[in-house]
Amino acid sequence: MSTDLSSAPRRGLSHWLSTDEITSGRQAAAQRAYWGFVGFMGNPLAVIGALIILLLIISAAFAPLVATHDPIAQNLRAALQPPSAANWFGTDELGRDIYSRIVYGARITLTIVVLVSVIVGPIGLFVGMLAGFVGGWTDRILMRITDIFLSFPSLVLALAFAAALGPGLENAVIAIALTAWPPIARLARAETLTIRSSDFIAAARLVGASRLRLLFRHVLPLCLPSVIVRLCLNMAGIILTAAGLGFLGLGAQPPSPEWGAMTSAGRRFMLDSWWVVTMPGSAILIVSLAFNLFGDGLRDLLDPRHSK
Amino acid sequence: MTPQAAPPPASSFGPRLLSGLGAVGSVVATLIGLLFLTFAIGRLMPVDPVLAIIGDEATQATYDRVYQQLGLDQPVYVQFFRYVSDILRGDFGVAILTGRPVIEDIIRVFPATVELATLSILIGAGIGVPLGVLAATRRDRIEDHAVRFITLISYSTPVFWLGLIGLIVFYAMLGWSGGTGRVEIFYTGIVPPITGFLLIDSLITGNMDVFWSALRNIWLPAAILGLSSMAYISRMTRSFMIEQLGQEYILTARIKGMSESAVIWRHAFRNIRVQLVTIVALAYGSLLEGAVLIETVFSWPGFGGYLTSNLMIGDMNAVMACVLLVGVIFIGLNLLSDVLYRVFDPRTKAQ
Repeated sequence: MSTDLSSAPRRGLSHWLSTDEITSGRQAAAQRAYWGFVGFMGNPLAVIGALIILLLIISAAFAPLVATHDPIAQNLRAALQPPSAANWFGTDELGRDIYSRIVYGARITLTIVVLVSVIVGPIGLFVGMLAGFVGGWTDRILMRITDIFLSFPSLVLALAFAAALGPGLENAVIAIALTAWPPIARLARAETLTIRSSDFIAAARLVGASRLRLLFRHVLPLCLPSVIVRLCLNMAGIILTAAGLGFLGLGAQPPSPEWGAMTSAGRRFMLDSWWVVTMPGSAILIVSLAFNLFGDGLRDLLDPRHSK
Repeated sequence: MTPQAAPPPASSFGPRLLSGLGAVGSVVATLIGLLFLTFAIGRLMPVDPVLAIIGDEATQATYDRVYQQLGLDQPVYVQFFRYVSDILRGDFGVAILTGRPVIEDIIRVFPATVELATLSILIGAGIGVPLGVLAATRRDRIEDHAVRFITLISYSTPVFWLGLIGLIVFYAMLGWSGGTGRVEIFYTGIVPPITGFLLIDSLITGNMDVFWSALRNIWLPAAILGLSSMAYISRMTRSFMIEQLGQEYILTARIKGMSESAVIWRHAFRNIRVQLVTIVALAYGSLLEGAVLIETVFSWPGFGGYLTSNLMIGDMNAVMACVLLVGVIFIGLNLLSDVLYRVFDPRTKAQ
């Protein structure tokens, strides 16, 4: 009896996660999460993407520990040094350590991505669900507004907003957010339209659920997975747009180590010192690739309709 | 014998006319919305437009006079009306940078961008379509994964960075590219603009030196710009082809003993041509986005370079005119792809 107890929990957990006899809602949710995790781990590219994102988060959170130098400390005597044991990615025109700047730059990239997603997700969801659920003129007007925003390439529109608001990190976030919500709204509307006509909504309505309750308790949870996947895939685009704004001098201002701005600053020296543009640009490429891979994996998982 | 797709959807003249009118109405509504958006962004700017003109040492009286001349004392809807009527007359104001009307500047720089974008789309479609067909026919095999990987990389690459790397490798190291600008500085201004497209103009006037120099300069930015549209086009081609290859007429053709290449090119590919044309038209529009960055990197004297150099000096008049133009081109291309679809799709012609 006592020996049984000591080994029971461990065997019990995997049994609890894989048995067909599900006894509680929590167990069902845990099983879904578990099998989702197993499925995700079976997609090596998505796992690589997730690991890179994890690395990005770690280096942003623990930048002072991960970096080897002060990101803004100048040392003109060591300007434009090639990669070496002391400066892993070389130094820039002011003698700053490029590796350390890229590590600190992860903070800026992550800030932009998170802030834009937090702003864009709820706005896009709300506009899209409202348009899809209410229909009629509300739908027509909201979708017309969405179309107008979609009729600009996102970088050009973000550029216009950033130019009007003035350069800076906060304004870049606002500018990108203003251009990034329409695709989310479109998606949420499409999802809502298919959900709206399903039987369980009719049943809930017959039972007497209010429109607000229908919208937030029944439609919202079903819209969420595809919206989250879309947000994740959009993050790659957000990073590229942010880097483009930074490259044009409209993002975070010097001396802050924004990757796009670093690439732009390195332009004048790139023919003699290849590392000044190669390193920050590679960081942009790798991180946006990671978000694309992760988003693809998440889509295969959460949205079986899209799987190839 | 041409393969038949789904039977034509039943429709009569009335609804089609109505939907046509609706399309025109929605385009007009979008255009008005576009104008309102650029108007609103122009008013958002924290810079006082009066101070931008008179400087901050002018007297209050001068300030008030300019304030009234700009119409800033009028209600917003009057200002908007004035803005729209100015634009309809082609008056976008005067560019600070050149001292000439913005519209003249834009007309002057636009051919350089069109030339670049056209070459890019030719490269993008020329490589993207075969890659997409290959990925679809070799689905889930190594070729498909390779194409998927290439498109993923080009979706994730910052285009301005790729431009810089391209310059390092092909200009500084290999010497295959002529560097930045449209032609070598030595050849600038030799060929008079006829069409505005330097490659064509130099051929017409027989200046082969200029032609080769222009070609040496354009291929690199065009290839890098074309890469992003290649990714989009090949992805769409793949999914169109997969859809066709799953149809029953393909099965029939295979059962008849038709060769695989005939099945793919004579049957399946023929049926996706219409969709492809519309996709390429859309990709052409999104090239403008990359053009803004690529033209900055390559000092290309086109529309994107004009936009960013005005951005640097804070000339919002010129910037907003460019942004508006991009929006109009985008809408135009959307409309074009819609029209192309209707014109070329045999199912709409059948009635």
